[in-house]
Amino acid sequence: MKLSDVKEILDAEVIVGEDNLDLEVKTAFGADLMSDVLAFAKAGSLLLTGLTNTQVIRTANVLDIAAIILVRGKKPSTETIALAKELKIPILTTKYILFETAGRLYTKGIVGCLQKVDNASGRN
Amino acid sequence: MPVAETNPNLYSGSFIIEGGNFNSAGIVSTSIKSTLKKLGIPGDIVRKAAIVSYEAEINVVSYAKKGVVTLTVEPGIVRIEVADEGPGIPNIDLAMQEGYSTADQRIREMGFGAGMGLCNIKNYSDAFHIESEVGKGTRLKMTITTP
Repeated sequence: MKLSDVKEILDAEVIVGEDNLDLEVKTAFGADLMSDVLAFAKAGSLLLTGLTNTQVIRTANVLDIAAIILVRGKKPSTETIALAKELKIPILTTKYILFETAGRLYTKGIVGCLQKVDNASGRN
Repeated sequence: MPVAETNPNLYSGSFIIEGGNFNSAGIVSTSIKSTLKKLGIPGDIVRKAAIVSYEAEINVVSYAKKGVVTLTVEPGIVRIEVADEGPGIPNIDLAMQEGYSTADQRIREMGFGAGMGLCNIKNYSDAFHIESEVGKGTRLKMTITTP
């Protein structure tokens, strides 16, 4: 689906990337721990998170994340917005909690960028 | 690929990480990523190198006074070396255990500090070496190769 569909499904507000809503997305990953995001998230995925600092943008940039969806109504700082603009990473914010955000996207066809981790220690 | 003996280095450069400056954490790995992209390195290699250097950068910012990242690109190989002036690691085996962490609240607020950094670095590197001296610093050497 397009990022504009994600916006509709989540009743989200676009904070950065109003011009990028044609972006096509198929997968997502959700976490507040950036090391988990770095370990598991795949390029081109949506990142669902409640963390709003600049490290979320750095992490998204490192991984080529398509767009960041802030959950629980979180608003990013001005530094975070500035960095997202500079690195051209869209940010949307939704009032839905992480579970609802993931569920609503899943029922509309977005799937996890992986289903299960490979072993007990959580590595993939 | 060009023959290594005539022109082994496609790129060699270093980047300084300022310890304790949490706002700047990630700048160096962003630069490394764009440098590798400009050199035409394949996307999955660039991604691995960016992840590895980013986690290392977070460690330097979190624990050390200063760090120097040296990036060397040879045909088919990306080498990243991170040497810091920090407290050093008393027990490397313990530090390499996933989940072991000495991180403070500031590091955790950034979304790190869960004892995964060194594991992520090792897992995304094709070769990984760590050496550390208490009171002097830590040196990481990572190699990422084109399949």
